[in-house]
Amino acid sequence: MAAEPGFKSREGVRWCPGCGDYAILSAVLRLLPTLGIPREKFAFISGIGCSSRFPYYVETYGFHGIHGRAIPLATGLKCARPDLSVWVVTGDGDGLSIGGNHLLHALRRNPDIKVLLFNNRIYGLTKGQYSPTSELGKVTKSSPFGTIDRPLSPLSLALACDATFAARAVDNDGPGLNAILRRAAEHRGTALVEILQNCVVFNDGAFAAEEDKTRREDFLLRLEAGQPLVFGTARDRGLRWKDGRPEVVRFSGEPPADLILHDDKSSWEYAAMLARLAPPDFPTPVGILRCAAVPTLDGLMDRQLAEAGAAGPADFDRLLAGPLTWEVR
Amino acid sequence: MEPLEVSAVTIRVAGDSGDGIQLTGSQFTASTGLAGNDLATFPDYPAEIRAPAGTTYGVSGYQIQFSGLDVLTPGDDPDMLVAFNPAALKVNLKDLRPGAAVLVNTDAFTDANLKKAGWSADPLKDGSLSSYRVLEVPVGMLTANALKDLALSAPQAGRCKNFFVLGILYWLYERPLEPTLAFIRRTFAKKPLLLEANTRVLQAGNAFAETEELFERTYRVRKAPIAPGTYRNLTGNEAAALGLAAAAERSGHPLFYASYPITPASEILQALAKMKPYGVRTFQAEDEIAAVVAAIGASYGGHLGVTGTSGPGLALKTEAVGLAVMAELPLVVVDVQRGGPSTGLPTKTEQADLLQALFGRHGESPVCVLAPATPGECFSSAFEACALAMKYRVPVLVLSDGYLGNGSEPWKVPKLAELPKIDVSHEPGCPPESFLPYRRDPETLARPWVVPGMPGFEHRIGGLEKDAATGQVSYDAENHEAMVHLRAEKVARMAREIPATSVLGGPDGDLLVVGWGSTYGAITTAVRALRAEGKKVSAVHLRHLNPLPPDLPGILKRFPKILVPEMNLGQLSWLLRAHILRPIEGFSKVQGRPFKVSEIRERVLQSLAGEGGADGR
Repeated sequence: MAAEPGFKSREGVRWCPGCGDYAILSAVLRLLPTLGIPREKFAFISGIGCSSRFPYYVETYGFHGIHGRAIPLATGLKCARPDLSVWVVTGDGDGLSIGGNHLLHALRRNPDIKVLLFNNRIYGLTKGQYSPTSELGKVTKSSPFGTIDRPLSPLSLALACDATFAARAVDNDGPGLNAILRRAAEHRGTALVEILQNCVVFNDGAFAAEEDKTRREDFLLRLEAGQPLVFGTARDRGLRWKDGRPEVVRFSGEPPADLILHDDKSSWEYAAMLARLAPPDFPTPVGILRCAAVPTLDGLMDRQLAEAGAAGPADFDRLLAGPLTWEVR
Repeated sequence: MEPLEVSAVTIRVAGDSGDGIQLTGSQFTASTGLAGNDLATFPDYPAEIRAPAGTTYGVSGYQIQFSGLDVLTPGDDPDMLVAFNPAALKVNLKDLRPGAAVLVNTDAFTDANLKKAGWSADPLKDGSLSSYRVLEVPVGMLTANALKDLALSAPQAGRCKNFFVLGILYWLYERPLEPTLAFIRRTFAKKPLLLEANTRVLQAGNAFAETEELFERTYRVRKAPIAPGTYRNLTGNEAAALGLAAAAERSGHPLFYASYPITPASEILQALAKMKPYGVRTFQAEDEIAAVVAAIGASYGGHLGVTGTSGPGLALKTEAVGLAVMAELPLVVVDVQRGGPSTGLPTKTEQADLLQALFGRHGESPVCVLAPATPGECFSSAFEACALAMKYRVPVLVLSDGYLGNGSEPWKVPKLAELPKIDVSHEPGCPPESFLPYRRDPETLARPWVVPGMPGFEHRIGGLEKDAATGQVSYDAENHEAMVHLRAEKVARMAREIPATSVLGGPDGDLLVVGWGSTYGAITTAVRALRAEGKKVSAVHLRHLNPLPPDLPGILKRFPKILVPEMNLGQLSWLLRAHILRPIEGFSKVQGRPFKVSEIRERVLQSLAGEGGADGR
């Protein structure tokens, strides 16, 4: 698959061979030229971590900032320049740990930025310490006896912040990833896409089931609007409500009528339920959990400015003079 | 009786923080400006919004000095203290000189209030106040009388009593009522009952003062010889906000001000938030770091990115300021300093962030540091900071402080068109094929401020070290050292922008007082007085702390003694010693309060007499 040459930068890519980041970069390079936005109108913003090298590899404007702060950098840029398409590339350490506070406030404020959160459940750039999404008990360089802190669910966090767009994709799932990235690009507001990404060096196989192309349909629940929640290589399992909770049912032939129909514009409560689904009891949902039309921060800021300026150019000399002056002769 | 003519008056009004002390002070200030006096004010309020009524730690104060002469400080010792309750008397009595007037609200001097304030006996009765001229006024009762036929609750009526006192003060010092009456009409336009109540109480206080024999005469302060022009009163924080907005106008770059609320800097955010009709964007961030980083993001997008804070917030912004140094983007940070470290004294003033501003980042990370000397200079410093940041693409820190931020003075209102135009170019200076994001202007060493949206010039910047020529990420050893020197040289070259340092007094003499920031008023007043007494003392006040004025070493050389008063343990002294290798006498005051003129004067005399000592603390 040839990436659009116009968007691939000349910088040599410096991720480890086999890193999941390559596939995500390819997907983004394929997507950008199809969005109808001139190249100079894109800005890729990142913090620190393996994923944060991303802007160097895209021939757009880019800013590789400091650890955890890509979101406020992007928010400031987007509020100042609503004409730009602003993308944030972050990871589970950068976005959920040191920068967690910024992520939650972006999600509630809804600036029109796209946030690609590469979740590999490990600190890669610092060479193998546990992250906020590492499984409880995981043995890493900084947890030789196993971690004792419970992991965070990025999508549950996003929904708790009333995210207007929350989705999950898998790095090596090309068609699925492409479709989700496109929807994220088209969303007006903060679009959070959690991308399950394999760190081949420090956490290889973290998503073995989700990434194994021969059997992953048994473990992935692909969310498609208007379709029932069905999964399985043989498409023989589905989800339905039982006593107010989801349960997995097996079936043969046509899906039973009582399976849950997916609707990404449905209730917050439904999306929140999807965000909690996880192995071993449930498949891992991939796709768009929620997509809601809500005014954006930059749009509201612009509107306030427009309304305040509607009376025509304001007289700055009056502002300098203030409410009360006196003359000295 | 004829009015008594006096050259200057200092009044302090004090009471519970819920008594409307700051409002009383600001109204008196506005009327005093209109009366043509020169003035300076200093509000002193507690950190607690509504501390338990009647306690000493809940006392709020407002001091104003006004005069027919040039006024540079809010005055050392009040000529009159207004004490709304026993706690206010307790806290402020020690600052009064014998013979000063004390106006007390006798209604508040109950046994319970006396006890709460820590008086073992009633000071109005036991002779504690025998060396002062005490004016006992039952303000609460008289206010209630003036309002008795209005349908107001007792607390509502009680809240009017500050205007009764204001009415008295207006009579005593021959101030017009009209500006405050106009204020009442504006404020209570939709609350006719409160409009009537406040109007009545102000007039009742004024009439009471005129008829009551307690006050023998009024005091007359001549108009000050002020340069002709249009004036307003403004605080340092209002001035900073206007200066930033004016720089945006004059540079054609929209202002993006991102900030997290913090005492005593929040008023800048609040003032700018109202300026939407002027295209000002404000962003109240989730924390101090997000604020500075959002400002950098806006600056990256071609706006004038500014953040404001106080010391604890500057500490949090440190890493991001380093990013702006590395990315070579314009950034302005206004630090309204307060007492520290940690939470410290949030509402009190201090100058202890100087070395933090200069050196509080990792790596070799030079920034430009400016310091306004008066509330009005907060305007020009903010304006200059924006111009320098955009020209050199360097972070510029402005060190204001609580005293400047909250203090006010009459300010000659400029016209926008009179302010210098700030020329900023985003031109890459070459076609896209040969564009290099780190190719520098040979004069300023600034790199091109190419913003997203310019076709063909797409490039990446960031916190990693960059190759001096191509702007690509570089870990090369020699390149890093060259870049460290380059960033330092860029800031050093900003010294070219500093005007010749003006020396107050003779170009040489026995002693030079060197100050920076808000100590200007006290130092200047003290040095003028000493020179009038024939002492060979001069003063220099620094507005540029980094880089320092190039002519400073030459000036310092001409004085055998150098005295540096500052509200910290000697940070400028430290800097000057390092810079010019000269003995410096430091003079520290770290009490959350500004220097008094008398303190500077006495310290200079000690030093002239050889009693100072090298560190002289």
